Amino acid sequence: MSEFVMPSLGADMESAVLMEWKVKEGDPVKKGEVIAEVETSKGVIEIEVFETGVVEKLLVEPETECKVGTPMALIRAEGEAAAEAPEAAGEPEAKSEPEAPPAEAPAEEAPEPRVSPEPSAEVRASPAARKRAAELGVELSELATGPEEVVHLEAVEAAAAKGTAAKPEPEEKAPEKKADEVPKEEVTPKAARKKEAPEKKAAQEDAMRQAIAAAMSRANAEIPHYYLSTPINMTPALEWLEQRNAGRGIRERVLPAALLIRAVVKALEHVPELNGFWRDGAAQTSESVNPGIAIALRRGGLITPALLEAQTLDLDGTMQALDDLITRTRSGKLRSSEMTRQTVTITNLGDLGVERVYGVIYPPQVSLVGLGRITEAPWAEGDALCVRKVMHATVAGDHRATDGRTGALFLDTLNDLLQNPEKLQ
Amino acid sequence: MGEAKETTYREAVREAMREAMKRDERVFLMGEDVGHYGGCYAVSMGMLDEFGSERIIDTPLCESGFTGAGIGAALNGMRPIVEIMTVNFVLLALDQIMNVAAPLLHMSGGQFNVPLVIRMATGGGKQLGAQHSHSLEGWLAHIPGLKILTPATVQDAYDMVGLALADPDPVLIFENALLYNEKGMLDTQAEPLPIGKASVARSGKDVSIFTYGISLFKALEAAKTLASEGIDAEVVDLRCLRPLDDETIMASVRKTRRVVIVDEGWKSGSLSAEIMARINEQAFYDLDAPMERVCTDEVHLPYAKQLEDAAIPQPVKIVAAAKKAVGS
Repeated sequence: MSEFVMPSLGADMESAVLMEWKVKEGDPVKKGEVIAEVETSKGVIEIEVFETGVVEKLLVEPETECKVGTPMALIRAEGEAAAEAPEAAGEPEAKSEPEAPPAEAPAEEAPEPRVSPEPSAEVRASPAARKRAAELGVELSELATGPEEVVHLEAVEAAAAKGTAAKPEPEEKAPEKKADEVPKEEVTPKAARKKEAPEKKAAQEDAMRQAIAAAMSRANAEIPHYYLSTPINMTPALEWLEQRNAGRGIRERVLPAALLIRAVVKALEHVPELNGFWRDGAAQTSESVNPGIAIALRRGGLITPALLEAQTLDLDGTMQALDDLITRTRSGKLRSSEMTRQTVTITNLGDLGVERVYGVIYPPQVSLVGLGRITEAPWAEGDALCVRKVMHATVAGDHRATDGRTGALFLDTLNDLLQNPEKLQ
Repeated sequence: MGEAKETTYREAVREAMREAMKRDERVFLMGEDVGHYGGCYAVSMGMLDEFGSERIIDTPLCESGFTGAGIGAALNGMRPIVEIMTVNFVLLALDQIMNVAAPLLHMSGGQFNVPLVIRMATGGGKQLGAQHSHSLEGWLAHIPGLKILTPATVQDAYDMVGLALADPDPVLIFENALLYNEKGMLDTQAEPLPIGKASVARSGKDVSIFTYGISLFKALEAAKTLASEGIDAEVVDLRCLRPLDDETIMASVRKTRRVVIVDEGWKSGSLSAEIMARINEQAFYDLDAPMERVCTDEVHLPYAKQLEDAAIPQPVKIVAAAKKAVGS
């Protein structure tokens, strides 16, 4: 049995509100299947389950705000025996509120359910134990042996060494206990939030601003950026695209934006050093090319969901995927993997007339590709001066991971591909 | 480093004063009964014969008068050692100490240092009753401008006289009356540990016991008992109550994460409270248990021996506090 916890959909996310369960208790689920929708400051996002099995128990009611890491459901792995207490499994109600008291207990004496393990907020732990538990990711409530018992440092380190505290052993514990263990501190009833409804939108935008602020401050503080820019003659590519679109229905046509993404992805395949992460003092390249596409939201704010596995898509596939991504972004139906697996960011501000984009890298990515406006401009070809459609492409690179030469190679490759657009089929 | 020889705490203090007086003619000793009687605790026995009545001065019974005279002498280039018979009498000199000696450097805009040394006996345990058994060093450690030394070992009893005389500002030395007869090894050539440094008297990993003065030996005895029960206590001799050596204190806290403070002062508003507060400020997240204190019970010390012994810190109380801190 394992816990399905509220995932972190970005380093800056602290909590999200469960909007809807897409599964019921007893439903079989497959790894990657969407099992819930949650609302974060970035919008409604579908979250996926990470293992195949059966939903044993849903621990959180819709409309509940959960911090990252809060257990939301129990998933029984394939082949694992069902919990010993079947009646509990069929009883979805978490005992988080006082219920009708048992006959022998008068109501006023039972403000809390009688079987109430310590929620984590009330675990007595020493400062050193708390600090170490946070560092090691150990759940203190798993270590408290009784309401009066204090968790000391030794217990935390022992648990971390065994590696058991973070993942409790379900065989020893009845499922209804799990339900009770949802830390109260981390679960705020939506009712309390509803009062704030008029301010909710503003608060959400503010939260998004705060999230962007945190990520960008970190980027500018930590990442030594270098910037390179090159003008690209877009006439060959646009003429080729126009011919290709001619005679196709509107739905089958490919927009220049998709062609550019396809070109960037293909160029990144040639220069993989720019596609990946800087983590723990080392560069990691990613085999998947998952460009985060900066998309402005109509209600304000900006997010950069990933076009997943873009290296596997041909030009038409890229167009379809982009169309799908933008539609779902604007309707707030992104998947968690699209929010977390970006390997590079592409920002196109051409529609606003911007000539060159010098972007700030989103950590831990190592580059950001900026695309400016495509404009008619004087262009020298041999001895002749002519007018061509010209776009400035820029790359912001993390100088820890790559050098300017890598970025230059990327821009050169991008240019070459756009001069020979048939390579982008 | 010279050769260490065994001597008493009393002789170590006397030897340090004699050395200083031979080395520097500006140094002199004054106080009640320091001359003909040889000092209330016989610390200056024989010094009158050796140095004469101009340098070993018997004063009238007026602490504010001779402490003030010491301040005047210090301001005029002398290096006086003022002996106050016991700590309770320092209260009579408190105006001179607190209103003149301590703030003069500040009030003169840095022009006038007061290189005054005041020695006094402190502490209970000698059946001297409620008026002669105080431990007020923690009180005086409240005052900026002073340095407060509490030698526990024979070596420190010797070294601290020299350190205090070398300091340009007022230094108070608190000698625990019960320690004068205690023997220990003294190396008069050893490099002294400077003012403001604590020393780890016993290294351990399970609990830190911070203390000073005579309680150091009670803590070491407690550590022995604890060791026999599998608890490895570290004992830190604070040595200097102002300035406190935060660095050594916090290093020990970070090592053991459990704290016992032994202070013969009363608990309320005590030095132990100050140390706890500093640990709280500087090492809160390193603590693995609430800090414990062993202080003198909040009574005026009884004359009766068994009651007096019951009121002041004792090894058995330190053992109990340490066990509580480690949760055993």
